[in-house]
Amino acid sequence: MNRLGSIAATGLAVLCAAGGGPSARAAGATLSREDALWLERVTYGPTTATVSEYLKLGRRRYLDEQLHRRDPRLPPQIAAQIDALQVSHSSAPQLLLAVTQEQQRINALSDDAAKQADRKALNEQGNHMAYEAARRELLRAIYSQAQIQEQMTWFWLNHFSVFQYKANDAWLVADYADTIRAHALGHFRDLVIATLTHPAMLQYLDNAQNAAGHLNENYARELMELHTLGVGSGYTQQDIQELARILTGVGIDASGREPRLKPQWQKLYRHEGAFEFNPARHDAGTKTLLGKTFEPGGFDEVERAVDLLVSQPACAAFISRQLAMYFVADDPPRALVEKMAKTFRKTHGDIAEVLQTLFESRELSASLGTKFKDPMHYVVSTVRLAYDGKAILNTHPVVNWLDALGEPLFGRQTPDGYPLTESGWASSGQMSRRFEIARAIGAGNGGLFEPEDGSAAATTGFPQLSTRLYFSAIEPFLSVNARTALDRASSQLEWNTFLLASPDFNYH
Amino acid sequence: MRRRELLHLMACAVPACTAAGRVFAAPPGSPRFLLVFLRGGYDCANILIPYSSAYYYETRPNIAVRRPTGQDTGGALALDSDWALAPALRSSVALLYAQRQALFIPFAGTEDLSRSHFETQDDIELGQAASGRVQGSPDLRSGFMARLAGVVNGAAPIAFTDSLPVCFRGSADIPNISLKGVGRLVFDARQAAILSAMYTGHHLQPQVEDGLELRQEVSRAMEQEMKEASRDALTPKGFELEARRVGRLMRDQYRIGFIDVGGWDTHVNEGSAQGALANNIDSLGKGLTALSQELGAEWRNTVVAVVSEFGRTFRENGNKGTDHGHGSVYWILGGSINGGRVAGEQTGVTRENLFQDRDYPVLNEYRAVLGGLFAALWGLSPEQVQQVFPASTPVDLKVI
Repeated sequence: MNRLGSIAATGLAVLCAAGGGPSARAAGATLSREDALWLERVTYGPTTATVSEYLKLGRRRYLDEQLHRRDPRLPPQIAAQIDALQVSHSSAPQLLLAVTQEQQRINALSDDAAKQADRKALNEQGNHMAYEAARRELLRAIYSQAQIQEQMTWFWLNHFSVFQYKANDAWLVADYADTIRAHALGHFRDLVIATLTHPAMLQYLDNAQNAAGHLNENYARELMELHTLGVGSGYTQQDIQELARILTGVGIDASGREPRLKPQWQKLYRHEGAFEFNPARHDAGTKTLLGKTFEPGGFDEVERAVDLLVSQPACAAFISRQLAMYFVADDPPRALVEKMAKTFRKTHGDIAEVLQTLFESRELSASLGTKFKDPMHYVVSTVRLAYDGKAILNTHPVVNWLDALGEPLFGRQTPDGYPLTESGWASSGQMSRRFEIARAIGAGNGGLFEPEDGSAAATTGFPQLSTRLYFSAIEPFLSVNARTALDRASSQLEWNTFLLASPDFNYH
Repeated sequence: MRRRELLHLMACAVPACTAAGRVFAAPPGSPRFLLVFLRGGYDCANILIPYSSAYYYETRPNIAVRRPTGQDTGGALALDSDWALAPALRSSVALLYAQRQALFIPFAGTEDLSRSHFETQDDIELGQAASGRVQGSPDLRSGFMARLAGVVNGAAPIAFTDSLPVCFRGSADIPNISLKGVGRLVFDARQAAILSAMYTGHHLQPQVEDGLELRQEVSRAMEQEMKEASRDALTPKGFELEARRVGRLMRDQYRIGFIDVGGWDTHVNEGSAQGALANNIDSLGKGLTALSQELGAEWRNTVVAVVSEFGRTFRENGNKGTDHGHGSVYWILGGSINGGRVAGEQTGVTRENLFQDRDYPVLNEYRAVLGGLFAALWGLSPEQVQQVFPASTPVDLKVI
């Protein structure tokens, strides 16, 4: 039983707003059960700051802030932690060039032992870069006030999934995440082009190797199947091959050196960051994609192909359905998906507008409290509840919890991304593991406040889940089952564990 | 799907009965199948050694395993006039082979030519028709072991892995638990009961009860291990420890199991009779033997298939290792199989017969081999086999 239909709650006054006295309006405002559930769905879990902002603005203006202004307002301590990361000060082309040159140096070594040692060191460096990328994503997910933008960044990272252990992607995932964040609530078409030209994707799905006469269909297939149209939407194997031909020559060059090209090709050559379009590798023939003829050109063929894909009704329907699966239900109501698809078509894929349709829908309201949290939502919401805006210093425990639950950032090997449905996360082994993680999180701060640079640890504290936030946003609406369990807890640790293991907390 | 419904029914009818496997109440003598997946592409040519092939010795100057001599413990162990077994398997799988409880199928594998680990692993685990792959859209939602569990009545499936593997993807609730680093039991009985009670009436009740119960079962199995250890038996480690636990769970409750073993991607310094690959295969062999012992009388009713995504290059590379290849060697083990032989389509191991002048060819397609095996093991109808492996042509290698 989830909390829907379990308690007839009337709401409770918010006793205190974040960091000081309550604002005039928040002081008397109450969070209704519906408000509390809505906030849990729309964010990675409420914090005191979220609740007070919501009460101050009201739902409509809060949503408007989330979709359009997207002000992260990171706490200064968190902003400083992010600024201290190496990945925050290096671009993808720089990193790619550095790692490529290092690999060449290592390959040229004649001493096998030295070769292995240097290769290992380079791999470890790469893993560290990917860790920094994950750390940055987690800090933003936990602390950014732009909670929809953060969830959409995760959603698109998963939709356009890459794997840190493919080629040099470990060095590129931080930049990839930032690239996606910049378009996360923009136009879908721009997002497709941004991922299509990003070296992380070009490496991951092998389009960097796709050249005239050496066709590699890997990316072309996934671009239609997973990224835009969806499987079974009517395209054929022939379309995949034709799209692969259009994509020939779209690749990577980190060196920044323009190749020597025949004069007629020079004006078609494109280079931006580590992305390169090399007309010498491009199939110069005429192509036919989805019934449309593509006269030979340069990168404009790719742009026209993407325009064609994203303007298909199948694309509007597919993307709308994926979004509704993520935010509403494993099998979202058809009427909702149709409404969203209509907005998608009308606005040429304006993601914020499509989400506006979603968040204002009856279907969303009707679904509140029934969506199983995937590990990312689960872990981030526990940290938000337990530490309520207090800056953690170490993200290793969070990364480890996500690993243990099987959803590490940049860790999905296959291009289909992690499941958006409950069935992918609620197997028996996963449920018992989740309860064990609930206990681990409830048992102490697990090193969250030990600085990563090894300097002296700050004072440690036991996670206090029964806070004002809890009493305003969670406690009034608890199910009978959860309440009974909490009453039977014989220690704070047990109490924490039961709360975090309860269906109430595992659904949002 | 079926399992969930069954569990619900059982939960209503027999409230005391909660554990995943028990509700199936499969009779003790019913068949068991365990798939062991060697992830990374193991170098089959150094495990089942084609010792009559001069080309093998010519192209593996540093890593070839020496010809059998009869006495020598450093050389390969002859199985017939062409094939010999790695000496690292002397005290394990070689003994099973001698009792006709093991057989090998060389030139086995998939038609996937990507030579990519993950693509080929997924391809095998999904088990769909090759034509489906060419069409470009492999259905990532359904794996062949899940489909197998769907057609075999009352055979409880389980994956001995952290998350549900691709081969168990599907709509059924298939339990999973890794037996590798099982820590101490986190919850005592009272706590587990409180946790369970929170999900009373919830649709996740079966998973929650199964999950907590499975952890209890595993911890009971570990208590037995600890007792044995205190009687100063050698404490098994690594895969052997895992395999013993698997054996216990498959003996008592489960009928269709999956486990994977890594560490086979030997591009560099793989060794020959001794070395990295030999150590890994030694641990695998000991684990499989431990599994057979743990199953006890039920070993007679058990079939184990050992597969890998691909073989490796027939010639050694410049780093005393081997690279990604194509055809592999699959193993079938079991207490009452028609073993002690090398089975399936064969060809001479010569340079001319190599696929693309580098790898073993695939003459025994895995879907045909496993489909035929399943048909014989459970008496499946041709339609049922097609449900497991669509558009396949099962081959009966007379394993059962």
